[in-house]
Amino acid sequence: MNRFLLPLVAFIVLVIFLGVGLNLKPREVPSPLIDKPAPAFRVPQLHEETKTIAPEDMRGKVWLLNVWASWCVTCRQEHPLLVELARQNLVPIYGLNYKDKREAAIAWLTERGNPYIATAYDLEGNVGIDWGVYGVPETFVIDKLGIIRYKQIGPVTPEALRDKIIPLVKELNGAK
Amino acid sequence: MQNKLLFSLLLALALPLAHAGEATPVASDIALEERVMAVSAELRCLVCQNQTIADSHAELAIDLRNQVREKLRQGMSEQEIKDYMVARYGDFVLYRPLIKRNTWLLWFGPFLLLILAFGVLVVKLRQRRKAMQQAPALSADEHARAESLLSGTDKGVQP
Repeated sequence: MNRFLLPLVAFIVLVIFLGVGLNLKPREVPSPLIDKPAPAFRVPQLHEETKTIAPEDMRGKVWLLNVWASWCVTCRQEHPLLVELARQNLVPIYGLNYKDKREAAIAWLTERGNPYIATAYDLEGNVGIDWGVYGVPETFVIDKLGIIRYKQIGPVTPEALRDKIIPLVKELNGAK
Repeated sequence: MQNKLLFSLLLALALPLAHAGEATPVASDIALEERVMAVSAELRCLVCQNQTIADSHAELAIDLRNQVREKLRQGMSEQEIKDYMVARYGDFVLYRPLIKRNTWLLWFGPFLLLILAFGVLVVKLRQRRKAMQQAPALSADEHARAESLLSGTDKGVQP
């Protein structure tokens, strides 16, 4: 009896560890920027080169920053959700166009709809590095004081919107 | 013969001169490049997580290497660059995990297991030695039979 018990226990422990391992998401590296002030930038806008955009312009509002590019395949997947979210007028969405060609990016938005109030144009990807972006798409929730409160790594999903982003936006809007 | 020798001697002397003339700008770049690579080898590429940004060909890794180069040129120290990356990407960006409270298990866990295994081994060996000492000694008959078994003259047990 004892002879079989020990290997069995060892096996079960191993299975539990492997099971937990399967459900971890090593791709999602928690951002150290959560609850820190959003890194400053001032870059040209995508549609109007002469105008600039900076996070401090949004001071006093809860807003989303969605990092995207026309070459990014998963961005296509989340895009209809963003367009729908913009239509609901729950929260202003700003875009950060990451390492993209201006014409391609504008054409992409024309074709798929533009959910963004304005889009920052980050040709070199330097803003992306400052914000700790390591894969596109990524979406940040920034509060009224300019503090990053949440980061969605990868595409925005209906579940993430319903369970995390929209409740958080409502909470942040309620708070003074 | 004499001429030939002189010629090769001159040639040998001239060689480093020609080399040095070209090498100066390259050399400074190599020194910088070595530092870029040294820092990059300490930073994890977040796209292909089991590679450093020195090894990776991912676009982000190339961008980050350029950042490292830029910052070294600006005179930032290697520690400052690492801190800069950690502030943006978290501790995970360090390819060699820091030794701090939540990495103690990672760093010292294997040694703990080693000590544990060694302890089990010592206990088991002691138990075995004790069991052997306590085993009943052989009787004279058994001793004689063992002797004959060893010498190959054993006839087997008569029923």
